[in-house]
Amino acid sequence: MVANSATLKSKEQLIEKWGKQEVISGSEMLLRSLLLEGVDCVFGYPGGAVLYIYDAMYGFEDFNHLLTRHEQGAIHAADGYARSTGKVGVCIATSGPGATNLVTGIATAYMDSVPLVVITGNVATTLIGTDAFQEADIVGITMPITKHSYLVRKAEDLPRIIHEAFHIANSGRKGPVLIDIPKDVSNEKALFKPHTEVKLRGYNPTVQPNKQQVDKMLRAIEQAERPVLLIGGGAVYSGAHEEVLAFAEKTGIPVTTTLLGLGAFPSGHELHMGFPGMHGTWTANMAIQESDLLVNIGARFDDRVTGKLNGFAPNAKIVHVDIDPAEIGKNVPTDIPIVGDVKAVLQQAIAGAKYASKADAWRALIAERKAAKPFAYKDSDEELKPQWVVSMIHETTHGDAIVTTDVGQHQMWAAQYYPFNKPRSWVTSGGLGTMGFGFPSAIGAQMGNPDRTVVSINGDGGMQMCSQELAICAINNIPVKVAILNNQVLGMVRQWQELIYDNRYSHIDLAGSPDFVKLAEAYGVKAFRATNKDEARSAWEAALAHDGPAVVEFVVRKGENVYPMVTQGSTIDQMLMGDDE
Amino acid sequence: MSTRHTIAILVNDQPGVLQRVSGLFGRRGFNIESITVGTSEEPGLSRMVIVTKGDDHTLEQIEKQLYKIIDVIKVVDIGSSPMVARELGLIKVGADPAARPEILGIVDTFRAAVVDISPNSLIVQVVGDTDKIDAMIELLKPYGIRELSRTGVTAMARGSAR
Repeated sequence: MVANSATLKSKEQLIEKWGKQEVISGSEMLLRSLLLEGVDCVFGYPGGAVLYIYDAMYGFEDFNHLLTRHEQGAIHAADGYARSTGKVGVCIATSGPGATNLVTGIATAYMDSVPLVVITGNVATTLIGTDAFQEADIVGITMPITKHSYLVRKAEDLPRIIHEAFHIANSGRKGPVLIDIPKDVSNEKALFKPHTEVKLRGYNPTVQPNKQQVDKMLRAIEQAERPVLLIGGGAVYSGAHEEVLAFAEKTGIPVTTTLLGLGAFPSGHELHMGFPGMHGTWTANMAIQESDLLVNIGARFDDRVTGKLNGFAPNAKIVHVDIDPAEIGKNVPTDIPIVGDVKAVLQQAIAGAKYASKADAWRALIAERKAAKPFAYKDSDEELKPQWVVSMIHETTHGDAIVTTDVGQHQMWAAQYYPFNKPRSWVTSGGLGTMGFGFPSAIGAQMGNPDRTVVSINGDGGMQMCSQELAICAINNIPVKVAILNNQVLGMVRQWQELIYDNRYSHIDLAGSPDFVKLAEAYGVKAFRATNKDEARSAWEAALAHDGPAVVEFVVRKGENVYPMVTQGSTIDQMLMGDDE
Repeated sequence: MSTRHTIAILVNDQPGVLQRVSGLFGRRGFNIESITVGTSEEPGLSRMVIVTKGDDHTLEQIEKQLYKIIDVIKVVDIGSSPMVARELGLIKVGADPAARPEILGIVDTFRAAVVDISPNSLIVQVVGDTDKIDAMIELLKPYGIRELSRTGVTAMARGSAR
């Protein structure tokens, strides 16, 4: 797919070629170590402090580097790659502004537990601390938003540090790890010894759960009359979707998947209630509120899920399964805590699980509610409705695409109207809520999944935060299909202003936005505009059929709001249902 | 109920580790009453002792969040068992010749020591728990405290308790 992409070698071939012990530069150590970690694609942007590293890439045919147009594009692409593949995403930036341009992306990955190895250059060790040109204390700046970080002092440490960084990033509760490499270290020559072991005394994530706690959970399930399974991103990250399905089916407990958990359980399944929280389904929210047992598996009780904490699931006994012990009891007091990897916990639990037979009436009630109040909107033949567009995208991609989104109304509509049946098909910034994330993350997802259709659903606001990456789609022929739901305003802000700030529409008008078709064409990307249903469908089908990247701008109704909605300070059963209510 | 807790943290002796720990307290809204760091019994490891105030839930979160730092090896709430907690204070107090006998009397009673004498002042060194040093300072206040420096608490569980 990528013009200059190398033929990927097997791990054995790479070890044979690059695992040799010899005296080489720190830069070459870095590249070799990344290859030995199985890295097949790196996103980055060169600059003064990483020039030795980029120089070492020259002619390094096994090393596949994609030059983005902004560091933010690089890190969101690495993030999209990681979320959609389960592998570690890697990006490289130079010191100072290059490194600080990564901060938003690092925080995005940290909030959603995405494994990244972020490599930054720094000024030479002799200049550190002197306010040298393009110097920034990136380790200090990113300490609160990384799982761990390194400032490399000697080239000989690089193989160990890189190996540790990959291990830390992609084990336990996953997250971004930063490696800051001073310029002289990347030039320093030393003996390269590939590192294959990790010895970190302070780091031993608990994978296998305590059996007694699991048994307690199983007994609680047997006694429950109104149980609910709340499945979070942790289920996706631990690769536990099959276990989730088996556990839900064996126990017969209705399932709600959080925004990041979408795809961990098949949406069409009779037990599935949709996602909970601020814009979630009425059925899921009511079920949580009325439940007598809430089994949280790999979710962190984010405030967008819980609404007002005092009043959340008021009658429920809480079970919380999480690999990060610090999440248990952080927001919601827990009756049965289970620390462990979701997959390991469920494997252990499935064996002893019994059907929640006391919950027959509950299951019937939930089925009734699902039928009574699905997500709904008033369609129109005069104006394009964003919900219709998302449904049409679902239909034309047969529900089989990887969908990435930006943040805002379109994100919620995508979550509501594009049902997911497979894990790692939904890439969205849930925790940090990062505008600008949607489009570049699709590029990463496409790089990691060359054979799948990747659709990026964006608003007209967020698209303008990273639209420059159209260039790398064009020149590398990365066939991402970009949908822009253009309502000419910052839609979610407008919605809040309408509902909470008394229709005082302060600074949300995006007048002056570019002609998105011309913008895409200026980069050499095929583009279409649609203002009605017929145009929309034919433009989108043409985009899908096009052998390369394509942008479709859907001009949608400006004043459309996302419903249901739980306003801040309300409990999640206090939902505004919108026009139809 | 908000109470005082004394936590000992064994950490890798890496650059930035103090920043990682203190930064965590800052950004998560935990309180630091005092923090001391020094080498431990094992080369390559340092021990930090942090005195903090909070309820049981906060203490639990502090411990759990600390364990998330890769360079943190062990966290012990030493205040939960019998412990020895000590702080060192240096107090430069105004001491005209006339006032010296009285000051020396206080120093004696507290088993403190005078470690420097100049024509108009003394430096008093006092070691003990936080209350003792607070009391000493209170008593020396009338003579005029010119300068005060305290180390913060370092502590250890007694005997075989953890």
